[in-house]
Amino acid sequence: MDDVVPAHVERRALEGVAFRTMSARASLFTRLRSLTSRRELLSSLITSDIRIKYKNSALGILWSMLTPGLFLAIYYVVFSVFLNNGYPNFALYLFSGMVVWNMFQTALQSATGVIVYRAGLVKKVAFPREILALANVGASVVYFFIQIGVLVLYLLLLGHAPQWSFLWILPIAFGALYFFTAALAVLTSAITVYMRDMEHFIVIILQLWFFMSPIVYSYEDSIAPRLHSHGVAWLYFLNPITLIILTFQRVFYVATTVLSTKPPHSVLHMLPTWPMSTYFYLNISLLGLMILLFLFAEVIFGRLERNFESEL
Amino acid sequence: MSTVINVEGVSKQFKIHHGRHQSLKERMLHPKAGSTEIFNALADISFRVDTNETVGLIGHNGSGKSTLLKCICGVLQPTSGQIRLRGSLAALLELGAGFQTELSGRDNVYLYGAMLGFSRKKIDGIFDDVVAFSEIGQFIDTQVKFYSSGMYVRLAFAVAVNVDPDILVVDEVLAVGDERFQAKCIDRIRTFQDEGRSILLVTHNADQVRSICDRAIVLEHGVMIADGPTHDSLRIFREHLMESATVSDQSGLMSSINFDSVTTPTGSFEVRSGAGLHFDVNITSQTAYSGNFLMEIFTRGGLLVSRSDAKGSPVNLLPGRNCVGIDLPQIPLLDGIYDVNIGIVDPHGSNVIAWREQAASIQVTYDGREGGLVELGAAIRQQ
Repeated sequence: MDDVVPAHVERRALEGVAFRTMSARASLFTRLRSLTSRRELLSSLITSDIRIKYKNSALGILWSMLTPGLFLAIYYVVFSVFLNNGYPNFALYLFSGMVVWNMFQTALQSATGVIVYRAGLVKKVAFPREILALANVGASVVYFFIQIGVLVLYLLLLGHAPQWSFLWILPIAFGALYFFTAALAVLTSAITVYMRDMEHFIVIILQLWFFMSPIVYSYEDSIAPRLHSHGVAWLYFLNPITLIILTFQRVFYVATTVLSTKPPHSVLHMLPTWPMSTYFYLNISLLGLMILLFLFAEVIFGRLERNFESEL
Repeated sequence: MSTVINVEGVSKQFKIHHGRHQSLKERMLHPKAGSTEIFNALADISFRVDTNETVGLIGHNGSGKSTLLKCICGVLQPTSGQIRLRGSLAALLELGAGFQTELSGRDNVYLYGAMLGFSRKKIDGIFDDVVAFSEIGQFIDTQVKFYSSGMYVRLAFAVAVNVDPDILVVDEVLAVGDERFQAKCIDRIRTFQDEGRSILLVTHNADQVRSICDRAIVLEHGVMIADGPTHDSLRIFREHLMESATVSDQSGLMSSINFDSVTTPTGSFEVRSGAGLHFDVNITSQTAYSGNFLMEIFTRGGLLVSRSDAKGSPVNLLPGRNCVGIDLPQIPLLDGIYDVNIGIVDPHGSNVIAWREQAASIQVTYDGREGGLVELGAAIRQQ
């Protein structure tokens, strides 16, 4: 081999290299550091996830737009045509909420069983295991941006301008969405190792969750008055997804108060009429909370991880 | 010489669940079902591996070898004690464990490299070497699910040895692949040794340990029972094998046959090269037994010089004292000390009934001009 000599030089340099401890109970800080040092692995896993998912299908990655598009069409027909909810421009309203929901749902559904599915890898190769769940979240972020791209095209087609002045709040809302999704993905992936029911459970939970979020209906127009009359409106906002969806709708759908498309064309309250500052403060506090939740999920994962070997 | 792997007082316990239910319904219905047992997989293991050292880890199934290896690679966390490493490590606990069968060989090389902790840039640099070493050729862009198991293994091995690790950890993977590829792997391991890298090798194959390793560690039931030069460790390993076989021997046959001593007519084990030597092996037997007699001669370096048996004529042991003669009419060996192992095996040759490692050591003196192991008496002249 040609590199024998340089290899020797490198070997000798080992004497100066510090020892690293393989066995220390990893603190939260070291966990996070090992996560960031394995960014390359994360991006490799994300790419391979996406490739595998669409490898053998004729339409390939188009499915990441087709599936949500078809769902959107179904909801549109059911709620706007059959049930005649009277929301003007309902497709856009649906679209703005569903980009958020799709990312959350896709990530959670794929991440929940990932540690169990890849047990062979988890038991044989050393790497921070939550990366597997985070790779699923990462893949759904990619789909999210593809869908945002389609949404922008749709806006152009409609000639509908977003609320430009609110646009800068979107990255904050997206940050909150990312950390919330990541925290739950990390948690459920570890819990599934101990309780395989989690995988079936999550499907039901997500279905329920979907209807508890203002995606196919407007919160202000439906249950807000009743909740307010009992003084329990805060209950609805315990769902972190709600605020994120409202923010996306506020930016893309824009209108807070509209006229119904069905006679007698009454006034509909689609979105909260909060000023920009309220959106900002709510979103930034949510982001803070979600980062804390993610750190908490990391700690719990670290605890649960110790017995993976005997459970897998 | 500096230490690259430092294992200090490592213990590992597993919780083993008996009959516990995995699903929520079953757990709610039978909350107390099953029991949990603590199993000590490793008990207080300490050793170091230096640069430029190849260490073999031997022990039979369930001795804790793989657990120890997993702890070293960071796949498992020890219950107590600590393991410290220096330099980069490439571990082959299972070849191709990280492969995604739906992806092409090329994609898998990058993914596997990332899993072993190496950057994309680094993989770019070694990609051609990996493909060349693996002999996958044009199939590198084929999905891995269409690979033969041999191709699969070759690709994984090629990645691990080409990423230029300071420490290579290999678990029984050399047993796969055809003979030619195995030879190639061993060859690469030797290159690694020449380059001063450290290798930790787990194997069942005593011959492999003997030929590759400088040092061997023997584990038994999670306890380290030997750590020293390969031939010493292998001797201890074999003795332990015999002991545990004796304990589990139902017929009691094994404990009834004993090698008492090995003697020569002159009392001396020194011999001039080319001369002959006769041994008398004194055996005490409590039963009558008819079996085959085996003899092995090893160099101190652990190389098998010769293995021979009674050539079809069984040794008939009678109750009481027996004597078996071994005649070596001519020993063409060169200078050195050679260890003799003797044993009695059953007529089918499948079970060892009695075994003695290093039953005798022969000291050969030689004053000729040949070098190596044996004197061939080669004559070289111009014609």
